[in-house]
Amino acid sequence: MDWFKKLLPSRIRTNGTTKRVVPEGLWTSCPGCKGVLYRAELERNFNVCLKCSHHLRVGARQRLDWFLDAEPRVEIGKEIEPIDFLRFKDTKRYKDRLSQAQKATDELDALVVFMGRLQSRTIVAGAFEFEFMGGSMGSVVGERFVRGVNAAIEHDAPLVCFSASGGARMQEALVSLMQMAKTSAALAALSARGLPYISVLTNPTMGGVSASLAMLGDINIAEPDALIGFAGPRVIEQTVRQTLPDRREMREQITSLLSLITHQSAL
Amino acid sequence: MNLNFLDFEQPIAELEAKIEELRLLSDESAIDISEEIQRLQARSKDLTKSIFSSLTPWQISRIARHPQRPYTLDYTKRIFTEFHELHGDRAFGDDAAMVCGVARFEGEPVAVIGQQKGRTTVENLQRNFGMPRPEGYRKALRVMRLAEKFKLPLLTFIDTPGAYPGIDAEERGQSEAIARNLFVLAGLQTPIIATVIGEGGSGGALAIGVADRMLMLEYSTYSVISPEGCASILWKSGEMAEKAAEAMGMTSARLLELELIDEVVPEPLGGAHRAFDDMAERLRQVLIDNLSTLRKLDNGDLLIDRRQRLMSIGQTKEKQ
Repeated sequence: MDWFKKLLPSRIRTNGTTKRVVPEGLWTSCPGCKGVLYRAELERNFNVCLKCSHHLRVGARQRLDWFLDAEPRVEIGKEIEPIDFLRFKDTKRYKDRLSQAQKATDELDALVVFMGRLQSRTIVAGAFEFEFMGGSMGSVVGERFVRGVNAAIEHDAPLVCFSASGGARMQEALVSLMQMAKTSAALAALSARGLPYISVLTNPTMGGVSASLAMLGDINIAEPDALIGFAGPRVIEQTVRQTLPDRREMREQITSLLSLITHQSAL
Repeated sequence: MNLNFLDFEQPIAELEAKIEELRLLSDESAIDISEEIQRLQARSKDLTKSIFSSLTPWQISRIARHPQRPYTLDYTKRIFTEFHELHGDRAFGDDAAMVCGVARFEGEPVAVIGQQKGRTTVENLQRNFGMPRPEGYRKALRVMRLAEKFKLPLLTFIDTPGAYPGIDAEERGQSEAIARNLFVLAGLQTPIIATVIGEGGSGGALAIGVADRMLMLEYSTYSVISPEGCASILWKSGEMAEKAAEAMGMTSARLLELELIDEVVPEPLGGAHRAFDDMAERLRQVLIDNLSTLRKLDNGDLLIDRRQRLMSIGQTKEKQ
């Protein structure tokens, strides 16, 4: 048979020893349209899918980096760290969950706040890191947010917050609920000073965060198709047995609460 | 099985049934068994004391939701005079899960806000099991502003499993309604006292619970999420509710320890549902004391104190 093989080499090659190495993460797929996207191009488009305009998740630091002028920038409340004051344990210890999240995200907690400039105007801007325990709000998030507000008051600067959160952090129990009151009280003080607060609600903004700081903007802006609300779809379905309409429909229904729905790149 | 008693109270229920039986018997027969009845009554009391002295957080949360527990309107009847309920949010409708109004407390005018559960199925459907919708929170907001305008101290009574998680509530902006109340309460120019009388469920409770004095009845609970909800999210099983109740520290004693509330109002033996009048009187006394302290502060100091209380909540550590 050898002569035949020589004559007609097989199209199926099994002995390809020289594998071509594709660098990890060069390509990514869009969760919206399943299209394959070139990462560099995606990032140039601020993580908005070039094919279907789906807004992919953006990390806190990345978002602020895009948003603020390059110089100067000062991080607010960087030194504040979470502690497991209740020694909370579910299937895992809160302490372990924290260190795991810290390792995975390289952040100490779920909110990053900077004072910087936006087109040369001093501004305080915060962003939630959803990858850190679902962007949940506990003591650190509350404290950093309040310090951000205080810095804005001190420098007579406007405040912008990009939220992405599942809500309050259950592992801090009632203390996390009280962060809703704490952050809202700080915003009341900011408002009394006549300073503007713009809240940008990204996907998702739910529970305790939407029912406090995220809904209190002088202007509330939402990302297209972001899931925004008090109770999540699962909770609604389980407790009241209603099935939610398609996310797009829901967005149309809550527009009364929002001043603007805008494309990420427009920001 | 007597349904007015919870499962861990069944020994008491059995004893009480026995007493009742004897009482009926003594009415019919000539033999005097009143001594025996008295002896059993004393034993029932001791038994109640011993059971109630070592309740677990889960058991307490069951008492907080007891179907016979006094609700907001049971207290307004006993604590206030001339209570006038005010209805409607002037935008959408009236929410029966939230009760608002003006009343006299010790002769002085006050504003009252509280969640209201129903005792029968029909009532519960009307009251939506004490779960307010946005119009309920906006009605409360309207009365908060009224309290500020007419310088009426605001007394709130918290008793809700949580804000209603339904599509209609989302459509009308449940989140915004709650957030707005937190925002307004933080700067409301009048003394505020909030009391958790039963269930303090999450943001739905907090929306009428930003206050200068935070009180809790002994067997009430206050938490970021229901034990069942916490269990189903963190343990992925609703059956772990007992453990979740433990872990979250939702009882009055634990929250006092954590300095999240100011005072615990002791309940009558066996819980508030055994003696409405006694409970209301205890609460009235505590409210009188706290209100007289708050009345001594001028509005400026009051708001500074309130702000400081809120800002101090949270435990973190700081790297130097």
